[in-house]
Amino acid sequence: MSALLQLDQVTKTFSIGGFFDRGKLQAVKGATFTLDDARPEIFTIVGESGSGKTTIARMILGNETPTTGTIRFMGEDLSQLRGRRRRLAFMAKVQPIFQNPFEAFNPLTTLDYFLYSTARRFLGVSGTAADEALDKALNHVGLTLAEVRGRYSHELSGGQLQRIAVARALIPGPRLIVADEPVSMVDASLRMSIVNLFRTLRDDLGVSIIYITHDLATAYYISDRVIIMHRGDVIESGEARNVLDNPSQAYSLALKNAVLPPDPAAARLALANRRGASAPA
Amino acid sequence: MLAETIAAPTRTRPVLEVENLKAYYQMNYFGVSREVRAVDDVTLTINRNEIYGIAGESSSGKSTLIKTIAGAISPPLRVVSGSVRFDFGGSQLDVYARPKAMKAARWRHLSYIMQGSMNVLNPVRRVRHAFDDFAFKHMGLSPAQFRSRVEAHLKRLGLDPRVLESYPHQLSGGMRQRLTIALATVCEPEFIIADEPTTALDVLVQQDVLALIKDVQQRMASSVVFVTHDMTVHAAIADRIGIVYAGRLVEEGPTDDVFARPQHPYTAHLISSLPRLGDVSRRKALPGKPPNLSDPPSGCRFHLRCPLAIDRCRVENPPLVPRATGRVACWRAGEAEVA
Repeated sequence: MSALLQLDQVTKTFSIGGFFDRGKLQAVKGATFTLDDARPEIFTIVGESGSGKTTIARMILGNETPTTGTIRFMGEDLSQLRGRRRRLAFMAKVQPIFQNPFEAFNPLTTLDYFLYSTARRFLGVSGTAADEALDKALNHVGLTLAEVRGRYSHELSGGQLQRIAVARALIPGPRLIVADEPVSMVDASLRMSIVNLFRTLRDDLGVSIIYITHDLATAYYISDRVIIMHRGDVIESGEARNVLDNPSQAYSLALKNAVLPPDPAAARLALANRRGASAPA
Repeated sequence: MLAETIAAPTRTRPVLEVENLKAYYQMNYFGVSREVRAVDDVTLTINRNEIYGIAGESSSGKSTLIKTIAGAISPPLRVVSGSVRFDFGGSQLDVYARPKAMKAARWRHLSYIMQGSMNVLNPVRRVRHAFDDFAFKHMGLSPAQFRSRVEAHLKRLGLDPRVLESYPHQLSGGMRQRLTIALATVCEPEFIIADEPTTALDVLVQQDVLALIKDVQQRMASSVVFVTHDMTVHAAIADRIGIVYAGRLVEEGPTDDVFARPQHPYTAHLISSLPRLGDVSRRKALPGKPPNLSDPPSGCRFHLRCPLAIDRCRVENPPLVPRATGRVACWRAGEAEVA
């Protein structure tokens, strides 16, 4: 087996505070995991805000460098990537999807501009060849170029924008997509279309996806493997169903119990238990 | 005997009655005037001592609806027709007939729990000033009495009174949200509007905040209008739910019945698309997107996305009619299946 992505004892320390009260914040402490090249999967990172999950994503994308430890993508150490050509080749293989689609696209520019510039930059194509590349990517997410051409971000719903963001990420033909809370800003009725899309990408295109979320319900629904993070530590990892069905750590159990079931009687019971546990003394 | 039959209806009188309320945004750009029908013919009542959940996605008009109910509107939003009437302990209050009386009722009888707790609490002043600014003049107490009342209230909510001396940035998001709840409930109002109070919070904190709202509501026997797009939150906390789609109330009923037997296809979709732990069967996503309210589709506004739409849905707008235990606006009510 060869590794698509390999994190080895990755830590990230930020220094915080002013001149006199300098402190250190360990955002990620010794994260180690490997994604297999031959078997595309949806790998989920679960954790509350401040748990370090976004810092890991930024390090995988090459936006941050780890303080210690190494990240290898297809055998290549990310900290040794030098030169524009090698960086572009890496970026073509690892593409991001951001949380808020309304902020990801410039509101004053038509959406197809972003798609064309991605095609030009990574594929080096323009004109009809670019049109074809765009149409192919948009077809994967259930849209066509004719629907998107000339439109601005305010004309579309969050779900559609997020699908265009996925299409943009697909243009260079990536092996890995890093999606940081991709559905938290999307309406309830459209959320499942994005989540289902990730499944399709994995099965049809063989793209691995790192899915970052604090929502255990969708994590359970689509993940193959999951890690749970708490204050920088990876406290639990493994097959998604095993981990989420039988959490071994108190924190993961608390997270699991915090998921309100979509059924009034059970949800009221969960809330009543919570009230009993945290009743004011 | 006679006295009792007369007394009964006044005791069970609902705290809020909204009738045929229409509120439009009136836009004028380059000489072209447009109307955005954000609240279109909504009729609903809210009883004493109940939590009424309003569900709907963004741009469905749910925030405009609660703004209109609270009388907190400003141009370009304007109320075209309809009425909003409160009944606070026997005294009637028509929001749009006598706006002055509304001012006196604010915070004392009607208060809000807002979503962005960071935007409610002034970042450069200690938290206690927020209580002074919002509640002091409504309580009619001396400063010392007011102070001890606030501290007692915080203790009842399980908060340390020392937080009054901190600045908002020193507190966590969950703590700040709890403070806004304390702020909204310190005058013990009969009617509380909660606008997405848990949306920006982590799952663990979210449950604590929900539990606190439920606790406060039960202790004061007040009515709460709880707005969120998250159906699982409604399942946990609401007694009755109203589903809003494109400015219209499309379904309303007791929470258990709405979840067990949704009558409107949109409600059925919202409920069946919820992922749940332990279940990995494929969930269907709804095609299309929410309609643009400045140019809504004819007939039933949901027909473009509705799997059950027939010709009648395209031309005729279904009225909200009583059905089973609630009300529903659909020509094919009850035919949707829950997966």
